[in-house]
Amino acid sequence: MSLAPPNNSVTKMEFDFIRQFILERSGIALDANRMYLVESRLGPLARRRQLNGISEVVARLRAQRSGDLALAVVEAMTTNETSFFRDVHPFESLRTTLFPEIIQQKGRVDLWCAACSTGQEPYSIAMVASESFPQLLSQKKLKILATDLSTEVLEKARSGRYSQLEVNRGLPAQLLVKYFKRQGRDWHISDRLKDAIEFQQTNLLTVRVAQKMDIIFLRNVLIYFKEDNKRRVLTNIRQALRPGGYLFLGGAETILGLDAAFETVRIGRTLCYRLK
Amino acid sequence: MNALVIDDSTAMRLILRGILQDLGFEVSVASDGLEGFEMLPQLAAKLNVILVDWNMPNMDGYAFLRQVRKDKAYRKIPVLMVTSESDIKKIQKAFAVGASEYLMKPFTAEALREKLELVGVLG
Repeated sequence: MSLAPPNNSVTKMEFDFIRQFILERSGIALDANRMYLVESRLGPLARRRQLNGISEVVARLRAQRSGDLALAVVEAMTTNETSFFRDVHPFESLRTTLFPEIIQQKGRVDLWCAACSTGQEPYSIAMVASESFPQLLSQKKLKILATDLSTEVLEKARSGRYSQLEVNRGLPAQLLVKYFKRQGRDWHISDRLKDAIEFQQTNLLTVRVAQKMDIIFLRNVLIYFKEDNKRRVLTNIRQALRPGGYLFLGGAETILGLDAAFETVRIGRTLCYRLK
Repeated sequence: MNALVIDDSTAMRLILRGILQDLGFEVSVASDGLEGFEMLPQLAAKLNVILVDWNMPNMDGYAFLRQVRKDKAYRKIPVLMVTSESDIKKIQKAFAVGASEYLMKPFTAEALREKLELVGVLG
């Protein structure tokens, strides 16, 4: 038995094998630049199954192309939790209530997507603004700070390039044809939306944001932190929010009992937290 | 909830039917636009959504959609185009004649569920 830690980086040959395998099993063609996806999805899968890294996953698939492991690999590689307009209602609440309220108060909106992943969330917000409050974009009155821990996902977010599978997820096709251009097999988002967003690498445990935000999206992030670190993240978030500013968490998350500085507000079908 | 799936590919009809049944739909199927259109008088009253492919023999999905939108009895049924056509002009053309949403093949079950939410059939 090797005592060396498992290697979760993937070689070109392994990546090509996985791509071909996924194509045969699901009809889904992974883009050539998605090596990071193999690492981020199959690394944890190897760990859970006590296999020695992605190399062993690939070796086992080569030996047996069907069965339990094969199914798990296809599922891990084709399930994508990130979609445009994820959960719909938070974006509705921006359109119906928060954008109008904040525009009336101060004429501009400062918003932070604190774990923006591959960019679908900040771009969805920019689309809401463009559709319902076009002056926010044309007069540069909307500033979205979009941050993530991973430089790889940020690079993808910044590129604004999405595969067909990704633009199928949650994005009304009328917005697809309005805000994206097709280039080869990818779809590229318009520069007008990109201009409203600043992408930055940050660690939520240590981040200090100088600017006071009107709205912060911190959805499905706290679930990954232990209790004491949750408090640290929330302290950093609170310091970045102006009094009366709004915080959005994921549907299954709550800060009740963690931070008394917030009060719960219901807007339409979504719950959010307002800093007192 | 009731759905009608119109696609000339047997495999695609099976995939769509499986996903829709998992989501709680009763599913009827047709293998081209003409057959689908002929089923409407029987189905329309209880139909929540129609999923239609674009390229099919006899009557294609575009012609089917135009027929459905011309008919008072069927006009309000949400129609989701599910097709490998991914040209922007084609998508615009589908919306111009009244498509409710547009899903490009290949797709995942999640993507289909989200499109059904967008047209107000789920969620």
